[in-house]
Amino acid sequence: MVYRHWLEFEKPVEEIEKKIEELKAFQSEGPSRHADEIAKLEKKAKNLLKDIYSRLTPSQVTQVARHPDRPYTLDYIQNIFEDFMELHGDRCFKDDPAIVGGIARLEGAPVLVLGQQKGRNTKDKVLRNFGMPHPEGYRKALRLMELAERFRRPIFTFIDTPGAYPGIGAEERGQSEAIATNLMAMSRLKVPIVTTVIGEGGSGGALAIGVADRVLMMEFSTYSVISPEGCAAILWKDGTKADLAAKALKIEAEELLKMGVVDKVVKEPVGGAHREPDAAYKNLKSALISSLKELSPLGQEDLIEARYKKFRGMGVFSEPKRY
Amino acid sequence: MIWFKKDILSNGEESKSVKVPVGLWVKCEHCGEIIYKKEAERNLDVCPKCNYHFRISALARINIVVDEGTFVEHDPLLEPVDGLDFKDLKKYKDRIKASQKETGLKDSLVSGEGLIGGQRAMLAAFDFSFMGGSMGSVVGEKIARMVERAVEAGCGVVIFSSSGGARMQESILSLMQMAKTSAALAKLKEAGLPYISVLTDPTMGGVTASFAMLGDVIVAEPRALVGFAGPRVIAETIRQKLPEGFQRAEYLLEHGMIDMIVERKMMKETLSRLLAMLAEKQG
Repeated sequence: MVYRHWLEFEKPVEEIEKKIEELKAFQSEGPSRHADEIAKLEKKAKNLLKDIYSRLTPSQVTQVARHPDRPYTLDYIQNIFEDFMELHGDRCFKDDPAIVGGIARLEGAPVLVLGQQKGRNTKDKVLRNFGMPHPEGYRKALRLMELAERFRRPIFTFIDTPGAYPGIGAEERGQSEAIATNLMAMSRLKVPIVTTVIGEGGSGGALAIGVADRVLMMEFSTYSVISPEGCAAILWKDGTKADLAAKALKIEAEELLKMGVVDKVVKEPVGGAHREPDAAYKNLKSALISSLKELSPLGQEDLIEARYKKFRGMGVFSEPKRY
Repeated sequence: MIWFKKDILSNGEESKSVKVPVGLWVKCEHCGEIIYKKEAERNLDVCPKCNYHFRISALARINIVVDEGTFVEHDPLLEPVDGLDFKDLKKYKDRIKASQKETGLKDSLVSGEGLIGGQRAMLAAFDFSFMGGSMGSVVGEKIARMVERAVEAGCGVVIFSSSGGARMQESILSLMQMAKTSAALAKLKEAGLPYISVLTDPTMGGVTASFAMLGDVIVAEPRALVGFAGPRVIAETIRQKLPEGFQRAEYLLEHGMIDMIVERKMMKETLSRLLAMLAEKQG
């Protein structure tokens, strides 16, 4: 299969794939003249891809997390859940297409799903504002989560955003207030919440739908307080030092698992979720089901208290004893 | 500057270079007025000419509002640690040490309890001079503890914010302080106890997008810059000139984001009245 977008570090694989395509084109002349060689090359390409992806640097992971072919929220919703019905609007100002949400079924049971949505082509990207929500998006998210609470439906959220949108209207309508209100409200919701970072977990704009009982992360996604570029511009005073910032910030799933911010890393197929989306859907679906199973036995109070303790315990500091 | 020179030379000093005594005068960042420091201090560090409210230390802020001798600091020994082994142009460890030396503080927030015009409250204030008032694990922990203490004691909470936002050197852990502090405030809310958030210049990023905007009542000092994204980031993103007064306290008031703008000299009285009206037990 030929991919539309190859990343710079995937070039050696791309070259082999090109050769395979050429050989396949020749094949029409005589039957299986190159069959052996094609098989050999395909194996080589797969091994090489596996090798490259086993040693990705943090900034390469960032590129995979932002890959234009990567499955987005609606792809996961449509392939993991059934009967999705999208619900719109914050009932105050407008509908924000950068956040989608609605009711659906997971293995037949009704649930609520929502997440940031990026666009696939130029027109769609603009419509979705590159996955950067305005306050109305966060208010829609909260409205839907409160709806789920009233009808006792578990909530599944999907994080994929560079961050909340920094614009005049967003500030005027209370971007900070909208995010803050979600953080506070999510901490007390009486139903189970499972969040998955599927691509970019960009700062407060990501966390605003991420105060959950279980936080999962797709293997090649990132979650960070600031983008590597933004961090480099501020701390290195040089936006091109994003590689260094990505490394220092420890934004990859495995690192976040070690820090206790993430509960589970969901495996992606070799070469990233976009190469075999069905495998990614399958892996995430079973992780979501098992996460929900863990939470189901908890009563409302225990659920909320456990969620409180989870976030209450995050952070490192020292406190010498007084003498 | 000429008169300045004359003034000092007329003292009969013989040195060739003119020595202006350091720290005797301050310049107003807003109107440029040179003010005698003692006069500025008498005026609670507010410019007598243009009413600009200077950035002040956490302790100065606490002293302005608490009844004399009633403030007791809590968790004074909490200290930041470099959990990620973070290094940019400098090591985080070294930045901590340098800031501690420069400010005499352990981190950017001082918290404790005291009486404000007779009203008991847990209160905290940021010190912008400590790493830009940034919020890391220590700030988050102090705020969570003070809010939990308030629930236990049955009193209100007052937080003076002044912060550039989350502390990048603590990466994701600083982001999580937003969730931690907001979750603690949810408990205060359920307990029916008041939280008054005071926004001072500047309050940005992760601090605004968590506890600073969650006050039952949100008060701001005049002209305080308050926002989610910094004005420079917004201007670069949208490639437009920002409106006059954008993200200033007056602009936020006009857009319905805060309850009131209160001058420093009226802060204590305002807080005390608010706490009394919200927390006073009836019947």
